Amino acid sequence: MNVSYINPFIQATLETFKTMLNIEAVPEEPRIKQEPIPTYDVSGVIGLSGDAKGTVAISFPKFMALKVVSALLGVTLKEIDPDLTDGIGEMANIIVGNAKQHLNGFHLSISLPNVIVGRDHTLVPRKDISTLVIPFKTEMGNFSLEVTLKTN
Amino acid sequence: MNVLLVDDSSTMRRIQKTQLENFGVDKIIEAGDGEEAMEKLETSMPIDIILLDWNMPVMDGLTFLKEVRKKSEYSKVKIFMCTSESEKPKVFEALQAGANNYIVKPFSPEALKKKLEL
Ligand SMILES: [Mg+2]
Repeated sequence: MNVSYINPFIQATLETFKTMLNIEAVPEEPRIKQEPIPTYDVSGVIGLSGDAKGTVAISFPKFMALKVVSALLGVTLKEIDPDLTDGIGEMANIIVGNAKQHLNGFHLSISLPNVIVGRDHTLVPRKDISTLVIPFKTEMGNFSLEVTLKTN
Repeated sequence: MNVLLVDDSSTMRRIQKTQLENFGVDKIIEAGDGEEAMEKLETSMPIDIILLDWNMPVMDGLTFLKEVRKKSEYSKVKIFMCTSESEKPKVFEALQAGANNYIVKPFSPEALKKKLEL
């Protein structure tokens, strides 16, 4: 599996957490999974089309999603509500859009964000593509970036 | 200074609104897509600067930008793209279409302040 395209997404994730939340996100060893089911409770998903097709998801445990969006808004969110899903969707939009500038030679269009709550969803039910999962550690908790891409 | 803030994300609008208030911007008007932004622009002049997201439902930022630039009554309104779209061809496309400046998300409050020359 060619994973060189993954670095721009990692880079954009680090930069987004640093600039928007002022926290360090530390990437850990990536792993591959066959079933594109989100790892955690709340996932912001962006569809990609163009030179590569697929999805990029940023997946948070509920407690961390609440912390992240609370910090962004300067309020305390306690439940999964439209404010929370909007914030997680926008984080996904920023990370994926920002990664595009480092994907030299790839022309990609991104979809509007979708936010999935719960783990009983399959993102891209395709047998021919696997999902690369990059776990991240932060002081707010652990989350993952999940890239399911088929390059042309 | 009066600012029209256009972004489909309510989170992003709240973040930017707080920043603009801290910079002492007089009036901040919000819209969630290009179509709503056009209505707000028509009814809220004078507007000095439009902060404009690119990826939005109904009417995206680039389409809105082109529409505004067709109308001479808004020729003095500055339009700053404020988007996660980050590749050079995208920046070029927006500047060609009449954007005055381009800010890539994520950005710090300081970066926004500097761009707005406040
Ligand atoms: Mg947007």
